[in-house]
Amino acid sequence: MLPRRIPWLTFAAPRNFHALVQALAPWLVRGAVVLAIAGLYTGFFVAPPDYQQGNSYRILFIHVPTAWMGMFLYLLMAMYAVIHLVWRIKMADVMARCLAPTGALMTFVALWTGALWGAPTWGTFWVWDARLTSTLVLLFLYLGYMALRSAVDDREKGGRAASLLALVGVVNVPIIYFSVEWWHTLHQGMSVTLTSAPSMAPSMFTALLLMTGACWLYCAAVTLRRAQVDVLEREADTQWVRDVVQRREVNGVSRPGAAVADESAAVREEGRS
Amino acid sequence: MWDGVGDFIAMGGHGPYVWGSYGVFAALLIAEVLLLGRQRRRTRAMLVRRCRRQVAAQSHWGPES
Repeated sequence: MLPRRIPWLTFAAPRNFHALVQALAPWLVRGAVVLAIAGLYTGFFVAPPDYQQGNSYRILFIHVPTAWMGMFLYLLMAMYAVIHLVWRIKMADVMARCLAPTGALMTFVALWTGALWGAPTWGTFWVWDARLTSTLVLLFLYLGYMALRSAVDDREKGGRAASLLALVGVVNVPIIYFSVEWWHTLHQGMSVTLTSAPSMAPSMFTALLLMTGACWLYCAAVTLRRAQVDVLEREADTQWVRDVVQRREVNGVSRPGAAVADESAAVREEGRS
Repeated sequence: MWDGVGDFIAMGGHGPYVWGSYGVFAALLIAEVLLLGRQRRRTRAMLVRRCRRQVAAQSHWGPES
């Protein structure tokens, strides 16, 4: 038989995944903070007011990235759901579960900021336009996924049912994306596409890209951390988790109680002498 | 570009919309990070308790005793 070393499955092993997140997460957070500061500065102090919308368009620096992330995270979730359903890989289910709350948050913020942008621009907070309605459906898909998971006591059964729901719901993502082309609705068409230059000032586009990068890194950091906690809980009875806990106690990284701090200090002293 | 702090906050009359958007976004992000941090601390404390219990059981019943 071939040796069991398939590179793209390395991080499907909970222990490797834990180590990866431990190394990666702090850098993702730092990156998100740096990009957010740069993006907010460009968005508020470099980009000029829009000649038609005035300053309300600055909402789009968070509206567009959160809307993109809402769709992107759903696609990721559906991809992990397929992997979970077909290959029964446990980590795929963990990832799908941990993407849902952040995806729901991003989708909600996209709807909320869209409403607050629409009020001064369109004169209404909400219309039952194709894009707005399909984005609302996306939010309900996320919420339904989370509700289904928490409603079923058996983690494995609940996970499979939720994965199936995520998979069925994925049909909604292209509907959201192309809704502005398929139907002539109130929501404007795409300003940023892969094939043509963006139809906005360079400083506005820069701010949008920086904020998108910040959102992306934030989502990566939060979902990976959530998955890490989930993995530790699921694997609580395994030797590698005990090793991780003991190593931390000795190194004094976490201090759940004063006793631990004292113990670890004593151990450090011993190590030095 | 801005004529003082007041002008910046007013956003040319769109202040409530702009700050309502950014404020809610920031509040939700902070809430998510805090909730996740709490979950992390709880899990860690649970694991440490389990680990200690096991070490205690081993030293009581284990080969050394």
